[in-house]
Amino acid sequence: MNLFQALLEALDSLSSNKLRSGLTILGIVIGVGAVIAMLAIGRGAEETITGSINSIGTNLLFVFRGGSDEVRNPDPLTLSDANAINDPFSAPSVVNVAPFISGDIELTFASERAFIHGLGVTSNYDEIRNLKLAEGRFIDEAHLLGRSAVVVLGADTVETLFGRTVGVIGETVRIDGQPFRVIGVAEPMGGSGFSNPDKQVYFPLTTGQIRLIRRRSDRVDAIIAQAISADAVGQAQEEIASILRIRHRTSIGVDDFTIFTQQDFLETARTITNVFTIFLGGVAAISLLVGGIGIMNIMFVSVTERTREIGLRKAIGARNRDILFQFLAESSLLSMLGGVIGIIFGWGLSSLVGAIASASDVDLAPKVSLDAIILATVFSAAVGLFFGLYPAKRASDLEPVEALRYE
Amino acid sequence: MVPGHFSTKRMSIIEAIDVTKIYIMGEIVVHALRGVSLTVERGEIIAIMGPSGSGKSTFMNVLGALDRPTSGTYSLNGQLIADRSDDELALIRNKEVGFIFQTFNLLGRHTALSNVELPMRYAGVTSGRKERAIAALEAVGLGDRIHHRPNELSGGEQQRVAIARALVNDPAIILADEPTGNLDSKSGSEILDLLHDLNQSRGTTLIFVTHDSEVAARAQRIIRLLDGKIVEEIGVEV
Ligand SMILES: Nc1ncnc2c1ncn2[C@@H]1O[C@H](COP(=O)(O)OP(=O)(O)OP(=O)(O)O)[C@@H](O)[C@H]1O
Ligand SMILES: [Mg+2]
Repeated sequence: MNLFQALLEALDSLSSNKLRSGLTILGIVIGVGAVIAMLAIGRGAEETITGSINSIGTNLLFVFRGGSDEVRNPDPLTLSDANAINDPFSAPSVVNVAPFISGDIELTFASERAFIHGLGVTSNYDEIRNLKLAEGRFIDEAHLLGRSAVVVLGADTVETLFGRTVGVIGETVRIDGQPFRVIGVAEPMGGSGFSNPDKQVYFPLTTGQIRLIRRRSDRVDAIIAQAISADAVGQAQEEIASILRIRHRTSIGVDDFTIFTQQDFLETARTITNVFTIFLGGVAAISLLVGGIGIMNIMFVSVTERTREIGLRKAIGARNRDILFQFLAESSLLSMLGGVIGIIFGWGLSSLVGAIASASDVDLAPKVSLDAIILATVFSAAVGLFFGLYPAKRASDLEPVEALRYE
Repeated sequence: MVPGHFSTKRMSIIEAIDVTKIYIMGEIVVHALRGVSLTVERGEIIAIMGPSGSGKSTFMNVLGALDRPTSGTYSLNGQLIADRSDDELALIRNKEVGFIFQTFNLLGRHTALSNVELPMRYAGVTSGRKERAIAALEAVGLGDRIHHRPNELSGGEQQRVAIARALVNDPAIILADEPTGNLDSKSGSEILDLLHDLNQSRGTTLIFVTHDSEVAARAQRIIRLLDGKIVEEIGVEV
C-alpha cells in the first residue's frame, strides 16, 4: 500500500470517530498553539527591548566611574577626561562625547510638583541620544557658558506639570525652588523603567554643577561617547580605556572605570530574552508532550478495538509493516492536523496577547516567526510518530490467529 | 515420503505430515493437534468434521499458513511452511489462500467493493483493481450491491462478499471455517452451491469445516478429527 492510500484510509478511520479524534487533536492543538504563542511573545519581547536599546542612540559607549573590586578609591570622571576622549588624535574612533551629571530634583509649576530625574548636559547631548524636540530648542553653547537657568522638559513631565503638551515655551518652572525658563519640550521617545527619558528634564551642565546637583570641581557622573561606526565600537572602547588608564594612572587590569557599549546591553538583553523564551517555550513544549501521550493513549484504545480487524488484514496478506504504517499514518495524521490547527490557534493567541498589551499600553508585539512554525510542525509530526510508534508496533506484532480469536 | 523443496506440477497442493500444535498456557499444556497427516490434491473438496475443541480451526489455521505447526512438516502448493518469516507467510496467504470465516470478518467501515479490493492492495496490485473486485462481486451474485457496507447487507450477502474477497487474488485453495455456521439453511446452502461452483469453474481446492453431516456429504472426502487426531476418513483419494 502506498503512502497516499495509507493516509486516505487513516483519514477515513479517524473521521469515523470524529469526537474522539477531535479531542485527541485538541491536546496537540493546545501544545503547538502554546509553543507558537510563547515563542512569538519571546520574540516580541526581544524586539521591544532591543528596539528601546537602539533608540538611545547608535554605536554608543557609556563610561562610568569604578571598575574592578581591587580599586579602593576610584578617581571620579571629569570634564577633562571627556575632553581627552574627544581629542581626535588620541581617540580617532570617537566622533562625539557627552559628559553629564544627574540627580533627583523637585520640579514645580504653580501648585503642581514632580520629583524627577534631572540631567546636567552639554549641548550635543540631544544629538548623541537621538533626542528630538517637539517644541523650542535644545541647550546651546551660550547657555553653558552663561550658566543660564534654562530647562528642556521630557514629554511626560510637561504633561504632568502643565496638563498640556504645547505652548509651554517661555513658562517659568522652579527646580529645587530656583526659577528656570522652559526653552524646549522633547518629543515622546517611548521606553520605560529606570531611566525613562520622557520623565526627565535637561539643564546646562554648568548650571547644574553650581546650582542644583552640586559637584566638586569638574566631576561628572558619566560620559557618553559615540563611535564613528558600528565596527569601530571595539576600537573606540580600547582608545577610551587607554586614555583613562593614563589619566587615572592605573595599572593594566585594575581599571577604576567601566565602559559599557550599546552592544553589551544588546547582548545582555538578548541573553535574557532568550532564556525567557526558552523557558516559556519549554513549558509550552510540556503541554505538547501531554498531547502526545493523549495520542498514544487513543492509539492503544484503537489497536485494542480493532484487534480482529488486524487479524483479518493479516489473514488476507497484510505484512507486519503494512499494519505498522496503517497505525502510524493515523497517529501522524492526528498530530499533523493538530499541528496545523495549533499554528493557527497560536497565531490567534499571539495576536490576542498583542491586543491586550497595546490596550494596556505595554509595548509588546508578539511575532510569529517562520522558524517557530517550522519547529512546531516538525515537532508535532515527530510527536505523532514517536507516540504512535509503540501502539503501532504492538498492532503489527499481533499474532494473526490470536488477533482473529479476540472478542 | 518427505516432500522436496522444489515445486512440480504433480505435487499435491497440501502435504501435511505428522503436524502437531501445542498451546502452552502457563501450567496447562493443550495438545490441539497430535500428529495429523493429510494430503490434498488440486481441485479436491474436503470437509473436516469433529466435535468442538477437536482442533478443526487449529488445523485450518496451519493449512492456511496463518499459524506455524509446533512440529511436523507442512507444505502448501510446493512451499515448505516451516521457518518462514512473517512477511513470507503473509505473501503466501495473500497469493495462495482465501479464508472464509464463520463471522464473515468484513471491515465495517468499508463498502463491499473496498473489502474485496483489500487483498489486491496488500498484493500491490494497482491497475484494474476495481474492475477485478467488481468481477468477483458479480461472480458471487452481488453485482448490484458493490457500494453497500456490511451493515447494509444480509448475513448471506456478507458471506458472499467474504467469498468474493477470498477468490479475488485467484488463490490455489479456499479455506472455509464453518462458513454456514451463522446462516440459516437456505442461505447456507446457497453459499455452499457458490463454493462448489467456484470449485467446478476455477478448479480451486476447497476445504471447509462443518458440523452438518448433510453439508459434509457434498464433499469428496470427509475427515473426522477427535482430540487433535484424524480418527476417520470417508471417501476416495483422488
Ligand atoms: N490460542 C490458544 N491458546 C490455548 N489453547 C487454545 C488456543 N487455541 C485453541 N486452543 C485449544 O485448542 C483446542 C482446539 O481448538 P480449536 O479452536 O481448533 O477447536 P475447534 O475444533 O475449532 O472447535 P469448534 O468446533 O468449537 O470451533 C481447544 O481445546 C482449544 O481450547
Ligand atoms: Mg473452530
